Amino acid sequence: MSAPEPEALDTARSRAKDKSPWNWLLFIPIVVPLIPALFNADSPRLFGFPRFYWLQLVWILLGVGTTTLVYQMTKKRGDH
Amino acid sequence: MWRDHLTEIIVFTLLFLLVSAMGFVAARWRRPTDMAHLDEWGLGGRSFGGWITWFLVGGDLYTAYTFVAVPALIFGAGAAGFFAVPYTIVIYPLVFLVLCRLWSVSHRHGFVTPADFVRNRFGSPILALLVAITGIVATMPYIALQLVGIEAVLKTMGVTGDTALARHLPIIIAFAILAAYTYQSGLRAPALIAFVKDSLIYVVILVAVIWLPYKLGGWGAIFDAADAKFQASPAPGDGILLNQNNQIQYVTLAFGSALALFLYPHSITGVLASRNRDVIKRNMSALPAYSLLLGLIALLGYMAIAANVKPLPGAKEGTTDGNTVVPLLFDQQFPDWFAGVAYAAIGIGALVPAAIMSIAAANLFTRNIYKEYLKRDATPAQEANVSKITSLVVKVGAVACIVFLDPQFSIDLQLIGGVIILQTLPAVALGLYTRWFHRGALIAGWAAGMGLGMWMLYQIGNPATGKKHFAGSAFPLDKFGLDTPKTIYVGIVAVLVNLVVAALLTLVLRAAKVADGPDGTTPDDYFADEGDPRVTPGANRDAASAHEPVA
Repeated sequence: MSAPEPEALDTARSRAKDKSPWNWLLFIPIVVPLIPALFNADSPRLFGFPRFYWLQLVWILLGVGTTTLVYQMTKKRGDH
Repeated sequence: MWRDHLTEIIVFTLLFLLVSAMGFVAARWRRPTDMAHLDEWGLGGRSFGGWITWFLVGGDLYTAYTFVAVPALIFGAGAAGFFAVPYTIVIYPLVFLVLCRLWSVSHRHGFVTPADFVRNRFGSPILALLVAITGIVATMPYIALQLVGIEAVLKTMGVTGDTALARHLPIIIAFAILAAYTYQSGLRAPALIAFVKDSLIYVVILVAVIWLPYKLGGWGAIFDAADAKFQASPAPGDGILLNQNNQIQYVTLAFGSALALFLYPHSITGVLASRNRDVIKRNMSALPAYSLLLGLIALLGYMAIAANVKPLPGAKEGTTDGNTVVPLLFDQQFPDWFAGVAYAAIGIGALVPAAIMSIAAANLFTRNIYKEYLKRDATPAQEANVSKITSLVVKVGAVACIVFLDPQFSIDLQLIGGVIILQTLPAVALGLYTRWFHRGALIAGWAAGMGLGMWMLYQIGNPATGKKHFAGSAFPLDKFGLDTPKTIYVGIVAVLVNLVVAALLTLVLRAAKVADGPDGTTPDDYFADEGDPRVTPGANRDAASAHEPVA
């Protein structure tokens, strides 16, 4: 196997945006759902759900929001 | 008696037959030019777009067993069972970057399995073999557990027999059909079926979580009923909130399970089948829809408490089968035809992951054992053929596990499976980022993590059921000599020890100048995307033939 074409190297390098500082945001939805002190309580209840349940379901939105934001901020211009 | 459940059985059977027909037709769907290639049979041509990937990976990660066992856990223990929610939230940001890198390097080099990657990255066939065997051993009981999911449904419908064979006949037939269409259509079959499975599940669960609280007096009443039950029970660990002693367990179990889940060969198969990096990244934002679903499904356990569901008897005298609470809840609260749809959703829900898992295990065997050790010059057509046959063998093995052994054995094994698959984390997940570890150190770390994990699991007993060993994954810290009643997830401890051993030994081996294997990848490989040139352009070349470092 010979080395990849120079052109291919360029496109791959431009994608090295995986190193974007935006990626650090991904730690938020990894760390926050793992802190029981935030959600391990009954009150306040929401629609009858104790906090333990509704707040952990809210973390799903936190996860979706963060990954979507990071994806939008790190994708190449001109991509769809 | 099954006659009381006739409507349910008819609806279940019709939907099951519909899906089976789809499985066979799938071979023609997005028809490949040459099915006799592992990329086609085992990875669906690496061509799946956003929607297909969403259904496929969602159908793959959230299995029938999950749908049955998580509410059963909530029914029995309360809040501790809700770990499935943080677990499936944490996994996506974790995977967002890591599996994109795996996709890129696999795309470049034509890797089909995680062990292919390890083989090339660390130049170590032994390490690759360990990763492959770990993957196969961890996956087998997971497949068997899918059958436990179907059995819970069949039991509720009264489809039981006097002899072991008669009792298991329906699942033997179901798996025979599954084996036949997986053999023929490969990964395309579960991809197509996943559409039906997930649509059914979404409809069933949405109806259930709107209708049942209305019927049972509202969410507040449901949680209060659960609270009353746990207050009255003598067990110390249950309750609708966590207590001081199980919080570490809750957090480490959620985090450890997330790490384990994306190391499982079947998750990687689902991800590698996608078309490009964009599809993966967008899916990491969209897949949490399933986590919401899972959270709601988990709460069915509390609804079962509020509705006074009594689980059916278990395999042994005096025990109960907690897995039957959700099927019983549907049987009790809904018209027969709708319960039939719900049962079909669970039954079909077992088929999708079972098919993907057997494909993933078969690919591991073919690429990393058959081709590496038995037949070096295997052609792509031979590879595909061996994989197809192996997928059959794997399913027969899974059925045999359920028919001839106590189902509890599969549940224990699956528990072990999560711990052992975690031991491939340094080589596979960290290997995607760094080539720093020495191959010998990774092997030693793997062995240390496995040994410790097994020992810890062996130590865990459950006084309530009288089981002395392998009774759970919550390791009491007092066995380490700490004066505390707190527990921790075995897998996390084992993988930390694994990492420490691997790191220390790497320093030692480097200092001693022990030869390390060549790295067959370049930094740019980890960013390659659809359309970039591949190291293995034709169908006749593949990664294993590239023994020398490229470029």
